[in-house]
Amino acid sequence: MSTSNFTRRGVLKSGAIAGAGVALPTIFTASSAAAYMNEPTGSTVTFGFNVPQTGAYADEGADELRAYELAVEHLNGGGDAGMMNTFSSKALKGNGILGKKVEFVTGDTQTKSDAARASAKSMIEKDGAVMITGGSSSGVAIAVQGLCQEAGVIFMAGLTHSNDTTGKDKKANGFRHFFNGYMSAAALAPVLKNLYGTDRNAYHLTADYTWGWTQEESIAAATEAMGWNTVNKVRTPLASTDFSSYIAPVLNSGADVLVLNHYGGNMVNSLTNAVQFGLRDKVVNGKNFEIVVPLYSRLMAKGAGENVKGIHGSTNWHWSLTDEGSKAFVKSFGEKYGFPPSQAAHTVYCQTMLYADAAERAGTFNPCGIAEALEGFEFDGLGNGPTLYRADDHQCFKDVLVVRGKENPTSEFDLLEVVEVTPRGQVEYAPDHPMFAGGNLGTCNAG
Amino acid sequence: MLGLNKKDTLLFWIVAGMALLAPFLLNPFPEGSSLAQMFNAGYPDLMQRFVIFGILVIGFNILFGLTGYLSFGHAAFLGIGSYSAVWMFKLVGMNVIPAILLAMIVSGIFALLIGYVSLRRSGIYFSILTLAIAQMCYNMAYSVLGNPASNFNLTNGETGLQLSLDDARVLGESVTADGALPVTNFFGLAMRSSYQMDVGGWLFTFNVGYYLSAIIMLISFYVSIRIFRSPFGMMLRAVKSNQQRMNYTGLNTRPYILAAFVISGIYAGLAGGLLSSMDPLAGAERMHWTASGEIVIMAILGGVGTLIGPVLGAGFNEYFKNILSKINDQVLHDWLAFMPDGIENAMVGFLHYFVGKGWHLTLGIMFMLVIIFLPGGLVEGGQRIANKFGRKKNSDETKQTPAE
Repeated sequence: MSTSNFTRRGVLKSGAIAGAGVALPTIFTASSAAAYMNEPTGSTVTFGFNVPQTGAYADEGADELRAYELAVEHLNGGGDAGMMNTFSSKALKGNGILGKKVEFVTGDTQTKSDAARASAKSMIEKDGAVMITGGSSSGVAIAVQGLCQEAGVIFMAGLTHSNDTTGKDKKANGFRHFFNGYMSAAALAPVLKNLYGTDRNAYHLTADYTWGWTQEESIAAATEAMGWNTVNKVRTPLASTDFSSYIAPVLNSGADVLVLNHYGGNMVNSLTNAVQFGLRDKVVNGKNFEIVVPLYSRLMAKGAGENVKGIHGSTNWHWSLTDEGSKAFVKSFGEKYGFPPSQAAHTVYCQTMLYADAAERAGTFNPCGIAEALEGFEFDGLGNGPTLYRADDHQCFKDVLVVRGKENPTSEFDLLEVVEVTPRGQVEYAPDHPMFAGGNLGTCNAG
Repeated sequence: MLGLNKKDTLLFWIVAGMALLAPFLLNPFPEGSSLAQMFNAGYPDLMQRFVIFGILVIGFNILFGLTGYLSFGHAAFLGIGSYSAVWMFKLVGMNVIPAILLAMIVSGIFALLIGYVSLRRSGIYFSILTLAIAQMCYNMAYSVLGNPASNFNLTNGETGLQLSLDDARVLGESVTADGALPVTNFFGLAMRSSYQMDVGGWLFTFNVGYYLSAIIMLISFYVSIRIFRSPFGMMLRAVKSNQQRMNYTGLNTRPYILAAFVISGIYAGLAGGLLSSMDPLAGAERMHWTASGEIVIMAILGGVGTLIGPVLGAGFNEYFKNILSKINDQVLHDWLAFMPDGIENAMVGFLHYFVGKGWHLTLGIMFMLVIIFLPGGLVEGGQRIANKFGRKKNSDETKQTPAE
């Protein structure tokens, strides 16, 4: 079977070829001459929009993509310029960024860390994206943020609500406009206290990943501080679509409040299951059974339909706000797509604008220049009132909305009503707060 | 050469040529053209995936192609290898060699345990056992062992295990001088570094990580050829054709199959270790049963039981997965701009379902076409073309018998 033909000539020949093969990559190790990763040298600059197009958060991802396209249109001078007119910084001219036309590539994160990283990598390596943005899951956002830090590009986080994104997993190249679990808890707790009193037993159903864990921790801490008792905390896999087996035990647990730390498709299904099991009609310990959804969005309200009526939660932004920025954004989004934007669309639109503005002010696309321009940046006119990009952890601080599912919706989009606008001062925390401790921003990496 | 017969030597050099010249072969279109935007695959991440999944499927083929035992849980070994490698980067240092070695050892041990249990059954029962065990591994990694709140956080759950600035790294530095994470390297040669060559309008990228993976792939390929041609390989084929008869002759076949299972588990661990070396994050998703299914699909797509089939199948699958999922409506509009508006919109509306998030559908259709018309996989396609146009050689010798 085996044919041994170790002739001198054969060995020399194959050795030479193998040697050449081994040497080939090692003779060139110098990297190219660009000053930083993916420096745009032509007349265009490329952004990478990495959003979930499949999986539990696909609806949010689709809306994010719409907002990104709108933002690119506005940056390049198309449309009615939306929030560029109301934004307090006037650096953007509507001629692209630093005179370069904005182009973009898209990818599907599949709501999985691995796939999201592969997609972001191909955007950086193949398409030359100088900024990656998106993500509708904190797990994905944290994974991609880590990649961008290593690769030397800026990551403008989309919808990610975990404390860890700007807490223990914060990175110098990553920035978040969206609020987080702690802020939700700080805004919701006083409202819940007024509504349901101080003597309640809460049962948590939590999506089993970083966002769920940190939101659960935040809500439990805030509600326990006002006298509530936490009966149980149950984790559910992100990929679940049927929650009936998790709802049944709630009935016999003695709890009178159910906290659903679920988002997107998860929340639509778990809330529907909970209502089907008659939880909302129950009376426990002499009190009406209540459901709370700490992180709310219109897309979820639409998915859950009738079931959301009277249920409280918090949100980053809502299209019914009447400040100039929100009105301008709702108008241009509505004209292009025929329906109002969701909070996911709003935050990614803001992130794109903030990045473009920072590049324009810094006069470069170099990640370190951009980071410097964004750190400690105070702005207004993007729909959330006066906002600060804190330098310590790259988290935006702004007002938080407490919303309720509307009892009598006037249209299919008018599903939530704003109960209270919690002022920024009430949701602020120190950068070394225990729930955010343990991380290290590191230094900015330009590749 | 090196104990290979003439035909195998040729095959080896073909694969070696493809692997080493991949940066040229995969970038056929000049940089900046719209075709390059979509179809060029010569960027480091995808090239690395080609060879790494090639290794994975070569290993899977040793088990499935030779013994006919269909393991439906091979992704578990890939994941175990990945996690082991990342832990090595976290605790010991950023050199990839110890990480890859640990990945191979740990996945080998797991393969021995899992194989010992599941090889008590054969056929569909074996497949189900491996599937179940792999799903158990996945769930352990996803939630039980992955909760940062517990003291025993081995996998970091859904986010995936990644490096941080306060890792120990006893043989390296936790943080580089300028405050960044150190990068994975091969004795100082960073996996990430690459050389770009501008030739006319073309841009070719030579990446260190890719070449390391490619060389390891060639070694694995060589080992696989030797196993195929060895008496041990013969024994495995005998198990496939009639295990009962083998048993009746008084021969205990289990150790042979177990050995094949462990070898292919080590291959998968090696692939996992390499994946982590190229990008130091290990997510639980790569252990999911759909990932195992993908390995089976790659093997069948390429040609089960053939030597070069696994490499082709892995390349084919990864290429279409990465390329199709990036085509969006905007790109379609650009391509079809020459058509009248109404037809263009209708075409884009139709094609929309096959690209972007619809890449699963397209890949599924291609898989069905291959299975229906080329049951022996892409290798059979190549043979048919060769038979049609090539010289009439001694057909018995050139034909490798495809399995299933």
